[in-house]
Amino acid sequence: MINNFEIIRAGVNTTFQDQGRSNLYHIGIPFSGAMDNRNYSLANKLTGNKLTSPVIEFAYQGPHLKYTGEKINIAVTGDVVFKIIKSGTEIDGNCYESYQIESGDQINLISTNKSVYGYLAIGGGLDLKLQWNSCSINTKANIGSNDGKKLENGQKINILNINSDQTKKKTSYINSKVENIRVIKGPNFDYFSEEGKKIFFEKEFTVSKLSDRMGMRLEGSKIENIVNTNIKSEGLIKGVIQVPADGNPIIMLSDHGTVGGYPKIGVVASVDYDRLVQISPGSKIKFKEINLSDAETLFKLYEMETQNLLLQI
Amino acid sequence: MIKNISNLGDAAVYCDFGTEVNKSVNSEVIKYFKALKKENVESINNLTPSYNKLIVSYDLRKTNFKEVKKLIENLNINETQDKNNTKIEIPVCCDDQFSLDIKRLEEKLKINRDKILKNFFRKEYFCYMTGFIAGMPFLGDLDENMRVPRLETPRVKVPKGSVALTEQFANIYTFESPGGWNIIGNTPLDIFDNSKEVEPNVINPGDTVVFKQINIEEYNSYNDK
Repeated sequence: MINNFEIIRAGVNTTFQDQGRSNLYHIGIPFSGAMDNRNYSLANKLTGNKLTSPVIEFAYQGPHLKYTGEKINIAVTGDVVFKIIKSGTEIDGNCYESYQIESGDQINLISTNKSVYGYLAIGGGLDLKLQWNSCSINTKANIGSNDGKKLENGQKINILNINSDQTKKKTSYINSKVENIRVIKGPNFDYFSEEGKKIFFEKEFTVSKLSDRMGMRLEGSKIENIVNTNIKSEGLIKGVIQVPADGNPIIMLSDHGTVGGYPKIGVVASVDYDRLVQISPGSKIKFKEINLSDAETLFKLYEMETQNLLLQI
Repeated sequence: MIKNISNLGDAAVYCDFGTEVNKSVNSEVIKYFKALKKENVESINNLTPSYNKLIVSYDLRKTNFKEVKKLIENLNINETQDKNNTKIEIPVCCDDQFSLDIKRLEEKLKINRDKILKNFFRKEYFCYMTGFIAGMPFLGDLDENMRVPRLETPRVKVPKGSVALTEQFANIYTFESPGGWNIIGNTPLDIFDNSKEVEPNVINPGDTVVFKQINIEEYNSYNDK
């Protein structure tokens, strides 16, 4: 028997994601992987999957799926409005709670509420062809499962196994919003004027509609460069904030290119990355300076909190 | 030698080898890159060599800046020095249908086609880095009299396999992509094969590359074998 989901409506930017692919930057292959790592792990844990299993990631509007096959369990994480349709009856779904789905049931992931990314984990995992040990789809470079393309209407998603334990699992978790994104000064911080540095740490920026999995573009007061608006291309990591000649910062996100030639004014502290990616276009963000040792300590605490959340499930 | 080691955020080490772009500085970067690659440290999740920088990214759940910095400082570079670098021959056809910018090159360089091709094919190139698009090698150095700026208006689509020049570098477009380099020819060889799970790229940082001129018949039959 084939157990699968049919995609009735694919949604805006629906992809398969996992922990991403490492050790390939030197040949130009991006890291990719789930944007919000905490919600990715929680979704897998709620369905009893391995924490590094592939999941369905969606942005803004998620997919509407119809299931055919043996009973399975699913879970949704993020701040997602969704419905489960069972023989004509609609149930309002709760995030951070697993549900059992049977043949003919539908899941309608309507929207990510004032956030960007949501996750749907399917118990037993997805039957996907991996590329360089990861399913993660990078639509710009056409890398990953599904030929590196986002999911489309009418496609089928095959289930790998059926979990024997489908008992209900739930946890209470509220995605906290961050007021300030903490940033460590970058190697080219002194390329910018005193006024520019002040603007960077004191003014609010608006997240542009042009943001995607590659980068978050910001608009606001221009940050003036007084040294050179280009540097010789060098490596990038996620969270790097580059400022091109137009003075508007761009934050590198998980699908970012491996090298870049714009000055780096700062790097987002790892502790704030999961929350950064959830800030939707049109929202305001403000940066706050932090030093390395504080950033390391805060990340340790954040990671401990994630482990505790996982243990509670 | 590394001039300065600092942190790039809280999950990467920024090794600065200076600001110059030349083979001797880049060879130092490559030495460190290869030595670290050989160490195969589990907590390091990426090494990104470029002209004069090496970025070492790590999993902050497993290690931290201090530990990785120490590891880099204690590397035994002399021992890992790579004496037998890989030398790769890349076939290139400069038929009119491929050398899209030959007229522009003639005008800018003020030398004729034959001389341009002779200069281009007689040199050995060094791979400074790969990136921008997957597998794209940045090869240097072109002779002083072969250096031209980027196109004023970049092409929306550069054909896959295009071999192109800008300033002191040659590169190869591993996929069809937008680009502004001056196209001199095209290679029938798959420089980046994304169906390969291991070593999808033909050219790695630190490799030596020579280009071999082939005619259109050889080009057309290249992938028949």
